[in-house]
Amino acid sequence: MIQTFADWLIYSLIGLSEQSHLGAALNFFVYDTIKIVLLLFGISILMGIINAYFPIERLRSHLTSHRFYGLQYLLASLFGAVTPFCSCSSIPLFIGFVRGGIPLGVTLSFLITSPFVNEVAVAMLAGSFGWKFTAIYVSGGIIMGTLGGIILGRFRLERNLTPWVQQIIANSQAEAETWQAEHTTFLHRLPAIVRDALGIVRGVLLYIIIGIALGAAIHGYVPDEFFAEWLGSGNWYAVPVAVILAVPMYANAAGIVPVIQVLVAKGVSIGTALAFMMAVVGLSLPEATMLKKVMTWRLVAIFFGAVTLGIIILGYLNNLLL
Amino acid sequence: MTITILGTGCASCKALFANAQAAVAQLGLDAVVNKEEDIVKIMEYNVMALPAMVVDGKVVAKGRVLNVDQIKELLT
Repeated sequence: MIQTFADWLIYSLIGLSEQSHLGAALNFFVYDTIKIVLLLFGISILMGIINAYFPIERLRSHLTSHRFYGLQYLLASLFGAVTPFCSCSSIPLFIGFVRGGIPLGVTLSFLITSPFVNEVAVAMLAGSFGWKFTAIYVSGGIIMGTLGGIILGRFRLERNLTPWVQQIIANSQAEAETWQAEHTTFLHRLPAIVRDALGIVRGVLLYIIIGIALGAAIHGYVPDEFFAEWLGSGNWYAVPVAVILAVPMYANAAGIVPVIQVLVAKGVSIGTALAFMMAVVGLSLPEATMLKKVMTWRLVAIFFGAVTLGIIILGYLNNLLL
Repeated sequence: MTITILGTGCASCKALFANAQAAVAQLGLDAVVNKEEDIVKIMEYNVMALPAMVVDGKVVAKGRVLNVDQIKELLT
């Protein structure tokens, strides 16, 4: 239906030829923009509903009071994936976890997965690459968070937390739960959820449009297989190079995906693209400065090193398997 | 009355702060609206989701941006 509209707009109304570069590029641009904005809006609403009803405090008390035989890492990682919190909530959640007596490794599982899986990344990926690639990305993030937490949890990193956090851990106990369920009806909440979703769309719309426009331009004008030579799966250094290139691009995560999609169409291998995406979303300076509030530089470096390594391994694996 | 908005300076924290100021102005309340951006101080309120709103030392909302009408309802 969106394709019909895009065809009608570009080929019939504006009257460009289907064979022309400009016509093809504009058609691609209109189609992708509409599709991604609709997806982002839908996913933001879904995440908003989860956010409104997710019982964080109950999950925390569950994690502290029950034995899960290792599954708690997976659980914390999944939790990081489904909670679409404003990024500034990561640290309060981190503190809330360690204060409740949840081991640092489990908390790190949450912290690793949390930035990767968010509504913008999921919507952009689903819109540009389809659901299969999105599923690989999401499950890759969850697995990485689980394993990362298990491994980092073995290293007794508690002494690398900032002193006030260590103090909190020393005083930690399963606190008396004081949560009360909120009894606001769904219909009463929906307007706020829709408004928030619109806010998310508005916040990244410009980046999306720039990204898709750039993608459309490359799509129309750069010859196929142009990138295959140096960023295809045959080059062993493609994955680490992509990860390094991705680190400074945090602010434009929404705009990056449409460009990557076109690069993949032009021969960049899928694992390299995936590693690049994950590094764009997960390795960022703002995140590092935020973590600095609860961790020493040493632990921030260990944390980012582990995540970077995880992304690179995941990239190679996907280059081998896909 | 003292209203404190807890948040580390992200967009939704600022939005909540602006809404709280608007609500106080519209109700003509004699209230101070503060911002608390220091994470160490924020954690003393034991909240796990930001932004949060504190009225006279009591956390009344967390993890969402209340609009002006919702804040007015809370304050009256």
